[in-house]
Order: sequence, then structure tokens, then C-alpha cells
Amino acid sequence: MKYVLLFVETEQFEKQLAALPQDERARAYELAGKWFADHADKIRGGSKLQGRHTATTVRLDGDAEPLITDGPFVEGKEVVSGYCEIDVTDLDEALRMLRTWPGCPVVEIRPLEPGS
Amino acid sequence: MAGLPSRGDPSARTGVISQLSAPGPSSDPRGQLAAVVREHASRVAAALVRMTGDFATAQDLVQDAIEKALCRWPADGIPDRPDAWLYTVARNRGRDVIRRTANYRAKLADVDLTPSEPDDRLRLIFTCCHPALPQPAQVALTLRVVCGLTTAQIARAFLVPQATVEQRISRAKRKITNARIPYRIPDPDELGYRLTEVLAVIYLLYNEGYLATGEQADSRALADDAEWIAALLHTLMPTEPEVAGLLALIRLHRARADARFTPDGGLVLLADQDRGRWDQAAIADATRLLVRAAKRRQPGPYQLQAAILACHAEAATWQETDWEQIVVLYDMLLCLAPSPVTRLHRAIALRYAVSPQAALEEVDDLAETLDRYYLFHATRAELLRAVGRADHARVADQRSLELTSNPAERAVLGRRLQQPA
Repeated sequence: MKYVLLFVETEQFEKQLAALPQDERARAYELAGKWFADHADKIRGGSKLQGRHTATTVRLDGDAEPLITDGPFVEGKEVVSGYCEIDVTDLDEALRMLRTWPGCPVVEIRPLEPGS
Repeated sequence: MAGLPSRGDPSARTGVISQLSAPGPSSDPRGQLAAVVREHASRVAAALVRMTGDFATAQDLVQDAIEKALCRWPADGIPDRPDAWLYTVARNRGRDVIRRTANYRAKLADVDLTPSEPDDRLRLIFTCCHPALPQPAQVALTLRVVCGLTTAQIARAFLVPQATVEQRISRAKRKITNARIPYRIPDPDELGYRLTEVLAVIYLLYNEGYLATGEQADSRALADDAEWIAALLHTLMPTEPEVAGLLALIRLHRARADARFTPDGGLVLLADQDRGRWDQAAIADATRLLVRAAKRRQPGPYQLQAAILACHAEAATWQETDWEQIVVLYDMLLCLAPSPVTRLHRAIALRYAVSPQAALEEVDDLAETLDRYYLFHATRAELLRAVGRADHARVADQRSLELTSNPAERAVLGRRLQQPA
């Protein structure tokens, strides 16, 4: 069963990360990298995303010109900061993987449509 | 209720006929029918999940069979083997579903209804109470799947429209299928928090039934269902101390149920209850259960709450209550599960263990967090009266009355306000 993990950063987490001394921040990234390596057999690709200031949202409304706005599609304190696709037996296995996730404080698990 | 067959041990309740002939809390025919359905629905559900390999389909089949039973049994009588009857109806309905899979004949031949693996029913419970489902859906699914309630019965018990319950259940089943929530018992390292989820559902069911007033018969029946699931879970997981703790908690409450209400439905406070009407045999049983659980030395919120109740239940009079012990138990409970409501209850014990003044200071500390809670003001009123501030007490009683809609509780507060200051 395939799922996408959407990694979500909160404002607070971003600030805390930015406030860390450089070596500790490097250590935090290293831990996240190790987590991906530990679960490499279940991970089918994905990526870290650039910051929210780089996001552009397009709203398509029938015949009208697409509405293009700056920023993520929902303005809020939480923003998607990365994603990866995993292939595991069931939801519990995905949940089990995430119990050791050392990075951002929120992760959404979404099953993929079968056959996609 | 002393002398009745124990309702606690599901394994002891195999003889349906003897069970039905016993006078008991469910001596009305509707209650009897519900009890028989509850006894067998989860076994049939577990067998059907095994057969179809699909949780959601199995639940629909069982539900159809139960609806049919509720129509037919009152007229035809309850069959000797209710589980076999339910299973046959469900299986026949399910033939079309199963036919789509190539080896359905082999599967049909494989399925043996009795005895159902105890593991199967545990799996059902853990799937219904999966943390990926919202709690209202966990509650509705558990009642439907584990206790065999119809959606109409669930809706009546929770005073919500039937369509709401149907929607909760169908969304939950869709999520179970689409997000692939597994049908399995959690691994040992997950068991702790998964069990917490299950116990929370049972506790919520119990509270819903416990707090229901006289006219809400459907809601009060939830207390029965909650005790039944707790007992089932205890049979399936006999070494889990918190499961035993919750079962003891429920039984200690129920042992005093008769004394909680006057014949006309009025609420009687613990201090004023006729302790002669408490079921001493049930209290002794529940206390033994609790002591056995405590020997595992893994205290938890349910064991501690049950221990507090046991302190009350063992006291011959309100005055003889071991308040010092109760304060200590509340302290332990607050360590494990901090909560302003628990602090409020601790303050009540503090009044008798130390002084009303000490309790009042503790209660005043909670003013901000509990301002919307009627029991906060009712407690404060009593303490104010105890330290001689009657005028302030009346104001607090008035505030409390404004905040509760439960008729039995309103009656108690109303009486208090009518007393001369």
C-alpha cells in the first residue's frame, strides 16, 4: 500500500531550528537523513521543499484568467515543507515508521489512489 | 443485585436460555434481546471478517442480520443458537460478495463458527478504536460491531439524529478500507497507547450511561454495554492492570447505583446515600479485582480512580471515610494525569482530611480554569457554607444552577437554595 507523507513545519519549529547553533542544526539534519537511510527500503522518492516564501498558488476558475497569488494555498502557521512516497503493508506500518521521525512536528499520511 | 449470576465473566455466559430466565437488570424483553445480540454479534462479526477478509463488508452483513433478528425473534422466539442463526443469515446475504472471490467455496468450508478465537474479538475492538478514527466514530463502531447495537439504538442513546450515526460509521468504514487500517492486535510496543484509546472509549460509554437521567433508558443501557465490553476485554487481556482497573471502577460505581436515585428519580449525593442499599458482594468482588491488578505494580489512572471509589465503598459511614488515603490517591492520579477537575475532587477530600479552609483555598485557585463548570461552583458553595460565609455560598449555588441542565442535579441545587441561609 502506497502513502505519501507530507512533512509539515510549524512557525515555532522553524524559529527553534533557526535559533540553533550551527553544529546542532547540522546534527538535526543529520538525524533526519539517518531516518531516511534507515527506512530506505520503504521510501520511493520525495524531496524537501524550499521555504514558503518561494510558493506560488494558481486558482483556476473556468473561463476566467487563472488567479495567481504569492504564498502557499492556505495561509497559516503550518506549511508543507517536504514529502515522500512510501510503500508499506498498512497504515500501522506507516505510523510505526513515524514514531522515530526526528524532524518537523507534524506529518500527514495520505494513501495514494490504487493504481496511481 | 446480590445473588444474581455474575454478569462479569462472558465465558461463564454460554447458556443463553439460563441467562434469559435469570432475573436481572435486563429483565425486560427488549433488554434480553439486546443482551443476546451483544453476546453473539462480535463472534459472528469476527467469523465474517475471517471469511470475507474485509472488515467493512463483514460489518454490513452482521448489521443486516441483527436488524432481521430484532424483527423476527420477538415473534418467533430466540433460537437455541443465536450465533448460528445470525451467522447463517449474514452468510447467505454475503454469498454474492464472496462469490466474486475465486475460492469462496473453500472459504465457506473453512469457517467454523465456534469457538471463535479470542484474538479475533480483540482484533475487532482494536480496529474499531484505531487512533486514526475520530472518537465519535470509534464509539459508534464499537457499539455496532462489538455490542451489535443498531444505528437507531446508538442514535437514541446519544440523542443525535440517526443520519449522523450512519454517516460516522460509513466514513469510518471507508477510511478503514481506503487508508488500509489493519485488522490486527497492536505489537507489544504499541499496546500501551492503543489500549489507552480503547479504554477511553469504554469509559466514555460508561459515563454517558452513568450520567443519563431516569427517562433516558437507551442512554442508561450504555452503562451495561460498557461493563460488558470491559469484562470481555479483561477476559481477553487478563494481565493488563488498567483493563482490570477500569472494570473495577465501573463495577464499584454500579454497586452503588441503586442508592444514587430516590424512587421518583431524584439524585442522592454520596454523603446522604443509604449505604445499606449498596451491593456489598459486588463491592468485595470489584475490590479483589483491583487488589490483584495492583500487585502488578503498574498504577494507572483507572486503577487509581477505582481505588478512590473503593475507599468510599468500604467506609461504613461518610464520617468513617479514609480521607487521608483518598488525598494520597488523588495526588498519585494528578501525577499521572494532571487535570483541574481531578484537583477539584481532591479538594473535596482535603476538606475532611485537613480543613474546609484549606480546601477552599485550593478550590479558589481553580477559579479561572473551571468557571464554566457547575460542580466547581457547587463545591465552592459547600465550602463557603462550611466556613460561615453563607451569602457567598448562595451566589455560588446560583451560578452552579445556571450551568447545569441535568434535571436531577438541578433539583439538588434548587433544594439547597431554598434552605434558609
